[in-house]
Amino acid sequence: MDLESAKVIGAGLAAIGVGAAAAGVGTVFGSFLQGALRNPAAADGQQGRLFIGFAAAELLGLIAFAVAMIILYAV
Amino acid sequence: MAAEIKIDPMHQFQIDPIFGSAAPGDPFVFTNSALWMLIVLGSIWLFMMGGLKRELVPGRWQMAVEGITKFITDMVDTNIGPDGRRYVPWIFTIFVFILFSNYMGMMPFGIVPGVHPFTVTSQFTVTGVMAIISFSIVLIVGFWKHGFHFFSLFVPHGTPKPMIPFIFVVELLSFMVRPFSLALRLFVAMIAGHILVKVFAYFIIQGLQSGTAMSIGISILSFVFIVAVNVLELLVAAIQAYVFALLTSLYINDAEHLH
Repeated sequence: MDLESAKVIGAGLAAIGVGAAAAGVGTVFGSFLQGALRNPAAADGQQGRLFIGFAAAELLGLIAFAVAMIILYAV
Repeated sequence: MAAEIKIDPMHQFQIDPIFGSAAPGDPFVFTNSALWMLIVLGSIWLFMMGGLKRELVPGRWQMAVEGITKFITDMVDTNIGPDGRRYVPWIFTIFVFILFSNYMGMMPFGIVPGVHPFTVTSQFTVTGVMAIISFSIVLIVGFWKHGFHFFSLFVPHGTPKPMIPFIFVVELLSFMVRPFSLALRLFVAMIAGHILVKVFAYFIIQGLQSGTAMSIGISILSFVFIVAVNVLELLVAAIQAYVFALLTSLYINDAEHLH
C-alpha cells in the first residue's frame, strides 16, 4: 500500500472518533432532558453543567477530527 | 464541458498579506486576518454604541445590548458569586469577540467578487492567545489570593493519604491541559464547520459540471444539506462563544475559591 492510500484510510479511521463523540453529545443532552422532564423546576439551574458536559464530549470528537486533518494535510 | 475545477477546502484559512512588505520573517504585515479583526472590532463598536444611549424606555437595540450584558453578568454571578463582578469585562470581551468573529466568518460576503470572508477564530494563534490570557488570569489570581495554598486545588477534599501523590499529578495534568483544550475546541469547531460547507459546495459544482440528471439531483441535495449545516453552524458559533466564556468563568472560580 502506498503512502497516499494509507493516509486516506487512516483519516477515515480517525473519523470514527467523531461518530463516537456524537453518541457522547447525544447522551449528555438526552440525560439532561430525562432529568429536566422529571423536575422541570430544577432544569434551568443546571444549564451550565449541561454545557460543561457538552463541551467535554465535543472536545474529544473535535480532537479526532484534528487528527484526521493532520493525517491528511500535515503528514 | 468545462475544465475540472479543483477546490481546496483549506484555502479559506490561508493568511495573505494585504499591504506591507511580505518578506519572510517580517512581522509588520497587514494581513487579511488583521483586516477581519478590525472589521469585527468595528461591528462590535457599532453594536455597542447603538445600545449605550441609556434611554429610560429602551428600544430594541438597547434591549439587545442589555440582554448580552445581563446574560454574561448572570453567568458570572452564578458561577463565581459576588466576587466575580471584577472579571465581567474580560469574560464579556471574549464572549462578544468570539461571537462576532464567528458570525462575521459565516456572513455571505463571498457573493461580492474578490471579497473573501475570513474567520478570525479559525486560527490557533488567535484562540490560543485568548486561552493563554484566561489561564494567566487564573494563575495570577490564584497565587495572588492564596499564595502556595493554591496548590491545594490539586488535592480534592477527602482524598485518602496514599492516593495524594497520584491524584496530585492527575489533577495537575488536567489543569495544565485547560488552555490547550479551551483554544483547540473553538478553533477546531470553526475549521470543521467551514470545511464541511466548502466540501459540499464542491459537490454542487461537480454535479452541475457533469450535467446528468442524477448528478444534478445530488447537487440539489447538497445545496439543501449546506443550508441545514449553515443553520447548525449559526448555533455552534453561539455555543462555542458561550462555552469559552463559561469555562473561563469556571476556571476563575477555581482560582477565587479553590474548592
